[in-house]
Amino acid sequence: MQEKSLLEMRGIYKSFPGVKALRNVDFTLREGEIHALMGENGAGKSTLIKVLTGVHVKDGGDIFIKGHGGAVQIRSPQEAQNLGISTVYQEISLCPNLSVAENIFIGRGKGPAVNWREMNKKAGELLDSLGIAVKPNQQLASCSIAVQQMVAIARAVDMECSVLILDEPTSSLDESEVEKLFGLMRDLKKRGVGIIFVTHFLDQVYEVCDRITVLRDGQLVGEYEIEKLPRVQLVSKMLGKELDDMADIKNDIPQYDEARNKIVYEAENLCSSEGIKPFNFRIRKGEVNGFTGLLGSGRSECVRAIFGADKVTSGKVWVDGKQVKINKPIDAMKHGIAYLAEDRKRDGIVGDLSVRDNIILALQVKKGFFRPFSKAQATKFADEYIKLLDIKTASVNTPIKSLSGGNQQKVILGRWLLTHPNYLILDEPTRGIDVGTKVDIQKLVLKLASEGMSITFISSETDEMLRTCSRLLVMRDRKLVGELKGDQLTQNTIMNTIAGGEQK
Amino acid sequence: MSQNTKNNTASSIITAMFRKQIFIPLAALLILALFNFIMDPSFFKITLGHNSNGDPLLSGNIISIIDYGSELAILAVGMTLVTAASRGQDISVGAAIAISGSVVLRVLCGTNSRPDELQAPIIVAFIISCFVAMACGAFNGVLVSVFKIQPMVATLILFTAGRSIAAWINNNELPVVTDSTFSVFGGYIPGIPIPTPFFIALACFVVIFLVLKFTTLGLYVQSVGINEETSRLNGLNPALIKFITYVILGLCVAVAGLIKVSRISSINYSVVAKDIEMDAILAVALGGNALGGGKFNISASILGAYVIQFLTTTLYKFQVQSDALPAYKAVVVILLVVLSAPIVREKIAALFRKLRPARAEQNG
Repeated sequence: MQEKSLLEMRGIYKSFPGVKALRNVDFTLREGEIHALMGENGAGKSTLIKVLTGVHVKDGGDIFIKGHGGAVQIRSPQEAQNLGISTVYQEISLCPNLSVAENIFIGRGKGPAVNWREMNKKAGELLDSLGIAVKPNQQLASCSIAVQQMVAIARAVDMECSVLILDEPTSSLDESEVEKLFGLMRDLKKRGVGIIFVTHFLDQVYEVCDRITVLRDGQLVGEYEIEKLPRVQLVSKMLGKELDDMADIKNDIPQYDEARNKIVYEAENLCSSEGIKPFNFRIRKGEVNGFTGLLGSGRSECVRAIFGADKVTSGKVWVDGKQVKINKPIDAMKHGIAYLAEDRKRDGIVGDLSVRDNIILALQVKKGFFRPFSKAQATKFADEYIKLLDIKTASVNTPIKSLSGGNQQKVILGRWLLTHPNYLILDEPTRGIDVGTKVDIQKLVLKLASEGMSITFISSETDEMLRTCSRLLVMRDRKLVGELKGDQLTQNTIMNTIAGGEQK
Repeated sequence: MSQNTKNNTASSIITAMFRKQIFIPLAALLILALFNFIMDPSFFKITLGHNSNGDPLLSGNIISIIDYGSELAILAVGMTLVTAASRGQDISVGAAIAISGSVVLRVLCGTNSRPDELQAPIIVAFIISCFVAMACGAFNGVLVSVFKIQPMVATLILFTAGRSIAAWINNNELPVVTDSTFSVFGGYIPGIPIPTPFFIALACFVVIFLVLKFTTLGLYVQSVGINEETSRLNGLNPALIKFITYVILGLCVAVAGLIKVSRISSINYSVVAKDIEMDAILAVALGGNALGGGKFNISASILGAYVIQFLTTTLYKFQVQSDALPAYKAVVVILLVVLSAPIVREKIAALFRKLRPARAEQNG
């Protein structure tokens, strides 16, 4: 173990049925540093954190912690805590109906009695020393989220943690609250606490961190000092694309002629309740475009605003040149817009219903309450799309939840195609499905576009977007920051635009 | 060989039957019937008699089951929809029946609690009670769908207050309707030997099946009950769908209320339809519908309601004292519910699957 390191993880392995979540991952945390753990979805960040906090038990590898001699075993969150590892999650895991002081000391008392005065006094001292402006006897729920998070950190600090893990702590904070949190983090750093910071905000990483460890597909990409890793390099490492390997992407999309086709959908200063900055957007007949950006950059929120899936707070919308109001999904559906949601399980399937009912659902709703499809008609529709999309299901009566992920996705795709939309939004249609199906869906997108459908395609995989889209809108930190088309559609420019900041 | 195939098909039919939802209430009904048949075959005897007016009427245990099971079966229809859409139950239906029955009597009797003739046509009284009961349902529905209160907590309000409101509607008097046409709804239509409540229930079933066939209510209710967010993204308004189910249950309450007050041509605020909400919920559960919402089968619930009435009648027949009745009922209910739990059904189905190859070997 090195002199200054607080924590060393060596050659960590962890698999789940069918997935190798972590393969030979090393991680080192030194005294008094803020260390960013970066990676796209599924890179293994959270698995690594969970191994460290005892939620998952590692399959192989060693963990060393300063002051605990040789390799330690972490088999439960309790053991992690005893070793001085504390975690503050994105969702506050405190008790909102208890006071601040109670939250700091809950579960740590000795004996049955509680000395309230003593507890409040100690809590007050602790909060003062950390510069957190809150009274110990205040109810936690009445504090802002930022303060709640800081109370969680105070609790962790008071439990003499040497390793503090902050898992996406800033995602629900506004800018001034983030500043406060960073102040606290810097303060803790001075005291020698090692902080592991998980976030998807690049700006924040560069503002507060000293080192970055990048994971990809469950493997370690590398550990870097922050000065030596420019943003664009970081993005390229996270996405796994070297900066120069742009040449091998064959761009076989026919050049899309902008001016010739009419605009199907246009939005001006569209904004929703989900915290995206107002954006302008338009799509023409037969066009395939896409929103790109890192996870959490706001690309899904944009299309959700277009479909009216989130509360639309401002903006003007035109469909086929006519100004319309789209406030709820049914409005969008009536104007020929279809939306395949990102989270298939939560927003896509109706688990216990049959494949047939899942396919006809959207069209049935569009058609109206008093005009149900006959069972025969519904079966005919279902059979048509089962054949068209090659859905593998025992019968139309099979509940959709018993299908594989890829086939569930095809059923949902079939549901929206059945409504014969003019404008189809696909948010991560290929996530978590096998390669064959992925290619099928990409081909289908191009075929539908050639038949005149306008499509917005979102994918975490840049290759996929390059293969299908003729125009890419780049999002960063919930803001639309660029538009790429034609020759600009290369891995390099995309990554540069995603990274933004100091890439020049 | 042929023996073998026959066995296989037989047991696969049995396995398939186990998976069918309606199997549970059907099996319960058969067991109850068999039990009665063994204990006393005369249980099933139906006799044709005449009342004091000389009109023919049938009597016997079976007749009393289809008679007294009517209100429960009608409520089970609405309760099934409420359960499926809002993933919870309405426990205020008994109190709401008291309210709606009280309204019927209030309209029929006017200010005088024992009028010599009706103050309004029965149909008017019934329609007004329908609106009142639907308003009760709407009240529950708004609490559940707009304010997102747990159904049982939301309906607890009316459950607590309902019977007092019912008494208040009639100034705490007990109106009595002397007009004999009013007792038809809870009794017999002159010349027809089968009790009227059975026909009313039948009419309700026909209406709900027509509604389910000619509207998309069934699909929407199930979709909302299974996945609210997906339903919303597919253009549905989950709050509205839930609200509608509560209003439909309100309508069922009004019909049940009319039958209840017609039976005695009066009302007893504290005992009318007492504990019927629990029986209605039980009917839904017995029908194999998940009390956590989602997919539903109305026929199974209706059958479940009659099974409960069958059970009650059986217990009466064996001269179980009426205050001991709930205890006996509870024992049977535990048995039925445990048997119908998916985990047990899966075990039974697995047992049959295990028996099948064993038998095939013996034959082979």
